[in-house]
Amino acid sequence: MSRVENVSRRQFLHGVATAGAFVIAAKVLPSSLLAQQAAFRTAAESSPLNPSVFLGIRPDGTVFIVTHRSEMGTGIRTTLPQVAADELDADWSRVTIEQGIGDVRYGDQNTDGSRSIRDFYEAFRHAGAAARAMLVTAAAGQWGVSSGECITRNHQVVHQPTGRTLDYGALVPAAAKLAAPKGEELRFKERAAWKFVGQDTSTYDQKDIVTGKAQFGLDVFRDGMVHASIEHPPVLGGTVRSVDDAAAKKVRGVQQTVALDTFKPPHGFQALGGIAVIGDNTWAVLKGRRALKVEWNDGPHASFDSEPFKQTLMATVAQTGKVYRNLGNVDSEFGKGKPIEATYYTPMAAHAAMEPPAAVAEVQGDRAVVWAPTQNPQAVQETVGAALGIDKKNVEVHVTLLGGGFGRKSKPDYCAEAALLARRLGKPVKVIWTREDDLRFDYYHSAAAVYHKAVVDGRGKPTAWLQRSAFPPIASTFGAGAREPLGFELDLGLVDLPYDIANIRAENGPADAHVRIGWFRSVCNVFHAFAAHSFADELAHAARRDPLEFVLDMLGPGKVLDLKAQGVNYSNYGAPYDRYPIDTRRLRRVLEIAAERSGWARRKSGGGQGLGIAAHRSFNSYVASVVEVAVDAKGGVKVPAVHMVVDAGVIVNPDRVRAQMEGSAVMGIGFARLAEITALAGRVQQANFHQFQVARIVDSPLQVHVHLVQSNELPTGVGEPGVPPVIPAFTNAIFAATGKRVRQLPITTAKLL
Amino acid sequence: MVTLTVNGASRSFDGDDDTPLLWYLRDELRLTGTRFGCGAGLCGACTVHLDGQAVRSCQTQMGTLQGRRITTIEGLSADGTHPVQRAWEQHNVAQCGYCQTGQIMQAVALLQQTARPTDADIERVMAGNICRCGTYQRIRAAIKAAANGGRA
Repeated sequence: MSRVENVSRRQFLHGVATAGAFVIAAKVLPSSLLAQQAAFRTAAESSPLNPSVFLGIRPDGTVFIVTHRSEMGTGIRTTLPQVAADELDADWSRVTIEQGIGDVRYGDQNTDGSRSIRDFYEAFRHAGAAARAMLVTAAAGQWGVSSGECITRNHQVVHQPTGRTLDYGALVPAAAKLAAPKGEELRFKERAAWKFVGQDTSTYDQKDIVTGKAQFGLDVFRDGMVHASIEHPPVLGGTVRSVDDAAAKKVRGVQQTVALDTFKPPHGFQALGGIAVIGDNTWAVLKGRRALKVEWNDGPHASFDSEPFKQTLMATVAQTGKVYRNLGNVDSEFGKGKPIEATYYTPMAAHAAMEPPAAVAEVQGDRAVVWAPTQNPQAVQETVGAALGIDKKNVEVHVTLLGGGFGRKSKPDYCAEAALLARRLGKPVKVIWTREDDLRFDYYHSAAAVYHKAVVDGRGKPTAWLQRSAFPPIASTFGAGAREPLGFELDLGLVDLPYDIANIRAENGPADAHVRIGWFRSVCNVFHAFAAHSFADELAHAARRDPLEFVLDMLGPGKVLDLKAQGVNYSNYGAPYDRYPIDTRRLRRVLEIAAERSGWARRKSGGGQGLGIAAHRSFNSYVASVVEVAVDAKGGVKVPAVHMVVDAGVIVNPDRVRAQMEGSAVMGIGFARLAEITALAGRVQQANFHQFQVARIVDSPLQVHVHLVQSNELPTGVGEPGVPPVIPAFTNAIFAATGKRVRQLPITTAKLL
Repeated sequence: MVTLTVNGASRSFDGDDDTPLLWYLRDELRLTGTRFGCGAGLCGACTVHLDGQAVRSCQTQMGTLQGRRITTIEGLSADGTHPVQRAWEQHNVAQCGYCQTGQIMQAVALLQQTARPTDADIERVMAGNICRCGTYQRIRAAIKAAANGGRA
């Protein structure tokens, strides 16, 4: 169901020049949800419009399209407006993009979960199609002809019989007076007529980026603004025992220090607490912090050492856990043969976006204004509102470009810090996190242990497969002391094992969180996929079968998986299962194409050269990876090439999909080789990029070849799904090359000698 | 008092000698195209040119800059048409874009030293510049295109 309204005469938009413009707003609700609940449908049709999309045309013909999603590098700020501009038949050079502020009227704005295209493609299409129809009606009215005689062509309406044309700008006053067409009256372009969707397009901000004009969070300056850098408690939940700020205050440019209270559990997105150094400029506050002397009460998490904690996780997955999927009876099968078992481990990791957290806030009375690189401006409204004790509607959030996000910038603790300080000081405050702060106080990707066990038939194919994971859950961020995951965490690669096997059980064991846990690009898929696709490779080799042929055999001919029939309440990334099912035919196809593109069948592994393969469905998209490695006698690893094949339905901007796959290959390889956060006495031990290493150009694949599956399926996301298959494809390649099985990350040289 | 030239204009600075050039550029001159990434010379996001050489502005103290000549991304070309900037645009290199100004300044310095860099030259000189989005393949391609007079 879609709703489009003409809002030209309403003051809907904040900070966007709309005087004299023709403005429409559109919203699309998922049909399956509406079909289920007639009452919901009635309510949705009659309630005030919460439009996801605003599209307008000014009298000079300039089109503006508001994007309510955050730009952290996926290109979404360009891609969604392209969808509307295509249906509008606009001249892209006359389209401007406006960044929406945080506002519940946009619907969901949390730019995570790889769902911006999935959830808003239709709404942007509808907005473009409705505006075009209204412009045609307006033109036909001016000419006194039937609108059926009119077409559009690149920002103009054309009267076909006479060849007369009117620019969209000239039609603005008339179109602004028309009622918007109803959803069912909308007519969309034929696919052959698409001019932006499916075409490579440069991103809107590319020029500003290469000239240095692009504005990130740290680039915001306000009159009278002071700078702040905060010494956080080194252990989560710790409090200040004593402060000596005498030396800090002697640093030129330092004005004062301010104590911030430690959060009350659960921490959620609250400020961590600590001592803020306030000063005239960034250098003053960074230097002031070095001169600050603080003693802390550490609290219970000071007992956390990551090495014994790893052993605890490994021990947990050796024990029976809570069952989340139970197909057939694995136990009775396990009695019939000699089981194959393996336990895998991946360490904690940090997001380490190149732009550390930063925010600027101004507070006056019961109103606050925040500028921040945030993935979720509505969470900023809620978090800042709660921190200040004001209505979240009174928190105005301006979203800057994000210097990377990867999930970290969905959690606006740094915005709360800026707001609390701005109120305390009565002036605008910019909070800057150093790289050390970013790495030591992240919402970490969990360490995880995953155990797999299978028994196999005469051809080596499993007849029963048990998998069991344990990791400190994201649930602990929202519930103090939570030791079990929220359901969705296991829907990320554990309960959705896609193989056609009669007996499958998925279990999870409890784990305590001692640091803040959050979601990192592809979340639990990272460790679930690493373990499952490594184990599949181990089973293939145990059976002396080709890993590709083996995995295709386990998938069977392909079908839509019916997890519901197995009693699994699968959350499917928030998408209706009937429209976005797990279709193993699509997994087969990406595997087959990846094999073909990489020359899998004719390439011989061994002697330090090897290919590895894995395919994984996540975020409703299907990705296969083939990684090529060359390992030298000293354990040095080169990655000459990675092949990525993605089926994400209809592709809007192929160049940006390729870019996401290229970046996923780099991040996946880097994660496997380098990423590890450790803790001692509750303190994270990595301070900067010399200790928490991320992929540099020398660590990265020389070539990433990306193949996009031509598809008419519903469009789905690509920000995250590239990461999960890369890691096991890489370690499988190392096995093919060297015979060394890597079950624990990161891959150190020692593991390859 | 330190006097220096930034993007062709004479400037003076009377703060602490240990102030990193990065924060002078950003906080005082509002030349925000030079980015903060690590503060320790480990990531390259703050790369600028000092008398034509690529340096990390977070590790360059103002007290050492008397009479020196600084070029930032804003001063690389008047309108973003330096061959390296053009190559970056043509290859749609940037994802989030945060590190790219540092990457560009490093790449310009590379091409001034080595007109036709090999893959090994590129890896050696660009290894200090981190891109968390993983745009290295396009960085490599854009450098080669710029070296080749804009042809891919």
